[in-house]
Amino acid sequence: MSAGLQVKNLNKNFGGITVASNINIDLPPGARTALIGPNGAGKTTFANLITGILPPSSGEIYLDGKNISGLNEAARVKAGIAKTFQITTLFKELNVREHLRLAILERNGFTSRLFRRANSDAAIEAEIDERLDQMNLSKLADMAINNMAYGQQRLVELAMTLALKPRILILDEPAAGVPSSESYLIIEAVAKLDRDLAVLIIEHDMKLVFEVANSIIVLVNGEILTEGTPAEISANPQVRSLYLGERHE
Amino acid sequence: MSNISPNTIPNTGKFSWIKYLKDRPLWVDLALIAMAVACYFLFPYSLAFVTRVLIVMIFVLSLDLVLGYAGVATLGHAALFGTGAYAAGLFALHATASPILGLLVGACAASVVAFVSGLLLMRAHGLTVLMLSIAFAEVLQEISNQAGSITGGADGLAGFIMNPILGIFEFDFIGQTGFWYVLAVLIAVFIFLKMVVASPFGLAARGIHQSVVRMRAIGTGVYWKLVAIYTLSGAIAGIAGALSAQITELVSPEVFATSFSAEVVIMLILGGMGRLYGAIIGTALFMVVHHTAASVDPFNWLFVIGGLVLVVVFFVPAGLLALPAEIKRRMGRPT
Ligand SMILES: Nc1ncnc2c1ncn2[C@@H]1O[C@H](COP(=O)(O)OP(=O)(O)O)[C@@H](O)[C@H]1O
Ligand SMILES: [Mg+2]
Repeated sequence: MSAGLQVKNLNKNFGGITVASNINIDLPPGARTALIGPNGAGKTTFANLITGILPPSSGEIYLDGKNISGLNEAARVKAGIAKTFQITTLFKELNVREHLRLAILERNGFTSRLFRRANSDAAIEAEIDERLDQMNLSKLADMAINNMAYGQQRLVELAMTLALKPRILILDEPAAGVPSSESYLIIEAVAKLDRDLAVLIIEHDMKLVFEVANSIIVLVNGEILTEGTPAEISANPQVRSLYLGERHE
Repeated sequence: MSNISPNTIPNTGKFSWIKYLKDRPLWVDLALIAMAVACYFLFPYSLAFVTRVLIVMIFVLSLDLVLGYAGVATLGHAALFGTGAYAAGLFALHATASPILGLLVGACAASVVAFVSGLLLMRAHGLTVLMLSIAFAEVLQEISNQAGSITGGADGLAGFIMNPILGIFEFDFIGQTGFWYVLAVLIAVFIFLKMVVASPFGLAARGIHQSVVRMRAIGTGVYWKLVAIYTLSGAIAGIAGALSAQITELVSPEVFATSFSAEVVIMLILGGMGRLYGAIIGTALFMVVHHTAASVDPFNWLFVIGGLVLVVVFFVPAGLLALPAEIKRRMGRPT
């Protein structure tokens, strides 16, 4: 029985189209794995299969050796798998603090409570402050999400997802839409993550990938083309031609 | 960006009534109660109508929880009001005519119906919820029509006389006791709902409204949460229905009417959704305009209501509660 996340022979078809084909992935605690591949390769689909947003056509997912394939999305979050979205889906009328509050309340199983105020738990409020501080969001705590720059929204999303205290973290293009002048914020945030956390990062920005990942998986047409260290991947001629946009000479 | 807000006040964790009251504008609540009491003295011969308005306020508050907070559009909320009304009526007729017990029975019956129908409704989305909720209320209306031996059929359920409230306050025929009774229940329901919407549960309801996807992603069982919200709303709608049965000592199948469900949605939209006060203001406005227009011109009052809705939706889409903010916004804009 191995710790972390194991994906075994995962397949997914949409109608006749295969978007995940026999995928096997091992994500032990502490992993910093990047999933790269051209647009439409099936990266988001794969992430959604792991989190339970989509049901697979076949295959199994194990968390710490336990088959979690039958769990729904919410149950998988409770089990320790959390994901950020390619496009942010935040609460447009809640401020930053309320985002974190909601996540932490839910993590503690408190969202059924009727007879106390949502902000009356001192420990939770202190945790919110700490998490805001970590992400340099303290000054924006009371700002409505709608008034924030996109890069800041991504940080809120990341802070909120981390507030769930996941053991497996999946980041679907965390830097998408973030001005390159701000992508260092994402890199810093990922660098600061708990060492034991297993991270799967889906990303287009190669600079970001090479900074945070120590292992890279290349997905093409729903299939794993190859995997290896950043050095191996960047040296792989197949990858260069397929993904990095270089022509065969 | 505001840098000082109630949220940044260091939190001691202990619940403090002083801080609680300081945080919220109590004078608004007191002014509203004062207005209701003023109506009692100003319109001694219209107490039946005033009381009816207060009952519908309770009903619209229950709708606000589902539609305004959780964002579930239903056109069948009268199903829950009607269930409460029939349950309270039958209970008074066959068991005991104690008003308070009757309220509890109405609340329980309607929440059971809400729970059971919610199991189906909350699986659906958007238009499907709308259709299913209408269908559900109409089925109940048909049942109450058909089961004449139990419900009195189309003539309605009658023949019960309510006992004095708490054994002390007898219902009089001008409706004075009824007014105070309903006002007291309205205040209790309002305080309860204020607490609910400020609670973690209330925050989760708003979260579901604003992003179901994100709620799932933080691990919320959205479906069961919605069923719980609907059930809670059902209890309150049932209380409103029970009050209506007790005050008029009559329940007709019209309590389930889709037109009634639609009217309360309009009231909520008029006042503003998701803030409780909108339910109060919208109900008062709608019913007073309706009452006045219908007595001036019994045939064309719908035009007045329609016009009112159009004006509000066009100029203050967020409801009358947003009027001050809207005026400020328009005035503040450079011309
Ligand atoms: N819900 C869906 N129904 C049908 N096809 C889908 C669905 N979601 C994604 N696809 C298809 O699956 C393929 C992979 O998409 P996606 O996982 O979003 O790719 P990536 O994230 O790598 O860009 C695409 O061809 C896309 O059109
Ligand atoms: Mg994608």
